[in-house]
Amino acid sequence: MGSRLSQIRLAPRLAPWLLATAAAAFVASGAAAPTAASAATRHIRVMCYSDGNECPVTRDLAAEFMKSNPGIEVTIDEVPYSAILQSLPVQLAAGKGPDIARVTLFGNYSQYFLDLRPYLKDAKFWETTFGPTLDWMRKGPSDHGIYGLMTQLTVTAPIVDKTLFEQAKVPIPGPKATWDEWATAVEKVAKATGTEAGMAWDRSGHRFAGPAISYGAKYFDAKGEPAVVDAGFKAMAKRFYDWNLNGTVLKSIWAGQATGYRDAFNEFANGKIVMYYSGSWQLTRLLKLGNAFSWEFAANPCGPDACSGMPGGAAFVAFKETKHPHAVAAFLDFLAQPANYRTFSERTNNIPAELPLQKQVLDYKMPAEGKAALATLLHDAATLSPIAYHLQGYRFAGAIFGATADRIGQAIAGSMTLDQAYQRITQDIATAIATAKKK
Amino acid sequence: MAAPGERLRRALGAAFGGAMNLLEAPMRLAQRRLRAGRIGWVFVAPNLGVFGLFTFLPIVIDLVYAVTGGNQLFPAQRPYVGLDNFKALLSCKNYLDPNSCVRDLFWHGIYNTAEFVALQVVFMIGLSLVTALALNRPGRARGFFRAVFFYPVLLSPVVVALIWKWVLQRYGVLNAALGGLGFATHDWLLNPTTAFFWSVFVSIWAHMGFYTLILLAGLQAIPRDVYEAAAMDATPPWRRFRRITLPLLMPSLLVVLVLALIRAVQIFDEVYVLTKGGPGTSTTFLVQFIYQTGFAQQVREYGMAAAASLLLALVLMALTYLQLRVTRART
Repeated sequence: MGSRLSQIRLAPRLAPWLLATAAAAFVASGAAAPTAASAATRHIRVMCYSDGNECPVTRDLAAEFMKSNPGIEVTIDEVPYSAILQSLPVQLAAGKGPDIARVTLFGNYSQYFLDLRPYLKDAKFWETTFGPTLDWMRKGPSDHGIYGLMTQLTVTAPIVDKTLFEQAKVPIPGPKATWDEWATAVEKVAKATGTEAGMAWDRSGHRFAGPAISYGAKYFDAKGEPAVVDAGFKAMAKRFYDWNLNGTVLKSIWAGQATGYRDAFNEFANGKIVMYYSGSWQLTRLLKLGNAFSWEFAANPCGPDACSGMPGGAAFVAFKETKHPHAVAAFLDFLAQPANYRTFSERTNNIPAELPLQKQVLDYKMPAEGKAALATLLHDAATLSPIAYHLQGYRFAGAIFGATADRIGQAIAGSMTLDQAYQRITQDIATAIATAKKK
Repeated sequence: MAAPGERLRRALGAAFGGAMNLLEAPMRLAQRRLRAGRIGWVFVAPNLGVFGLFTFLPIVIDLVYAVTGGNQLFPAQRPYVGLDNFKALLSCKNYLDPNSCVRDLFWHGIYNTAEFVALQVVFMIGLSLVTALALNRPGRARGFFRAVFFYPVLLSPVVVALIWKWVLQRYGVLNAALGGLGFATHDWLLNPTTAFFWSVFVSIWAHMGFYTLILLAGLQAIPRDVYEAAAMDATPPWRRFRRITLPLLMPSLLVVLVLALIRAVQIFDEVYVLTKGGPGTSTTFLVQFIYQTGFAQQVREYGMAAAASLLLALVLMALTYLQLRVTRART
């Protein structure tokens, strides 16, 4: 066999062809290498998710930025929110993350944040303009870093189907109405109009936290350590549990799955519920519903301690693995400039997190009901409890929210008792914190 | 003067010959050094490399994660915790009550998986056998029906789950049909019992075609003269099935049993998309626990997920060993 193979010899005439092919391959590989001009271009990637149209608007602003900064190329990669929650932490842990990402639960990513202060032209501008929300991205009171740009302020609040209330001839509860009064009212409307349930809350511990704080939940002990299950928390959990079992709340949202987030927007849009407890970020989707029915945002219902929802919002945060920190800071600084930030807020229908802008009248391109909604939401933002702000900025808030939704949801579904759910919430949070702190 | 096609053919032949010549020298050297007894290793080396990289190395990495803690991704940064992860997983006050266990979802996963395996495997093999027997009979459009039963196997599990979700959801096709016929509608995926039933049903629907095909091949391998002899003796159909078909089909049935067991223990994708483990924990299976613990929590417990996956691997290894024994016995 070997002798047969050796009979086939390399034809001498082929040698020039092979040499030419090798030379062409060499030249081609050289062409793929960066030229002097392209090497100077700093390329930054932004992983972005949209509640409405935030990524397209950011893309437009990035195009303007690139015009005035020819050496920097910005690519906006739009991804679903689940990718931010599930894929981004793994990418960052593997050192393969983007330069910037639009995220919500900052504690999930804070260990990878880049402190922008050394790269910003005027860090003081950021402090005075975004003061309170910068704390949410920090690791604790001793941390003074600037890690990102809060793109908007959100607030949880009830959304009411006005048409159903009108059909049922039941007055919409006023701004100081309690959750119990709301439950009674929506149940009456549901019965009168044949609607499936009175209300639905997004399946999220974040959504649950506002009402719980209103009923006295403190979430932290005197030392600032998490102490989630207390009398106030139980007071709201028991109410919510009972409302799910008696049909006031649409059971399928919280009990329908073992873990994870689920919103109830479609149920509201399809007239299956009278009141939907979600937040300001739903405004763009609501406006797209057109004239199918009439809706409005309402003031957060009260409890004995407060009438609080939860603050929140997304931020563009920078990551320390970036090779171009100056370019990253320049892009975020560009977005933070009042004119650009104003454009972003007006085009995305978001409440600005920029303090001076909050005091100005923004030119939102939306119908009257949208503008009325924003006025109510601004009122809701003003009534938020300090506990709510503290909880939102806590590093392990995600673990608290996840345990709350999963365990209360499992209790509603009958997989465990409510008392067992309380024990599990405490245990799950302790386990998560211990795991994260294990070095 | 040769035609252009001929010139190209010759050029390609010469290039191939050149490449072979380049390979020949090292192979001759290897043969001289290793002798005939060990030269085989050179030929299997590429395959061993791939196996080592994609099968053996992940097992070793999984072991490393299982004995380390924290939420760091890189093994070098993870603190050694010994068997703590296994102890946490296996710690229960009462093993019959998952809620009394330190890791209750792991035990819910075990019990749900065991129940799923028992129901799904039994019903699937039974239905596959009946279907194979029906498709083996001479009749019109036999090829069409064989394709119909095999078609779901070609679908992605996610597509299967989404199709059935549209059928079973509150305002889905099934409830619309029931309502249209004047029957009461149900929240099929919100009741633990019906959600579990539909998880088993959808899984059987999706995989039955594959096992039917194996059994059909087994049926067609049974010599016809055995049946002819039985017919001459006027053997009744049930007896013919019990005394001829079943014994001669047994090797295929055993293979199907073991394959179905392995697949059922690994259940995740279809059910996760269909029910997300709910309502409550009623359709949370072992693989979902592993996914949830390792990749979907805020604080990812890679070590705990790795320990659970090793325990699952032990079960799968036992089943694979069984499969090998069955296959050997068959051959």
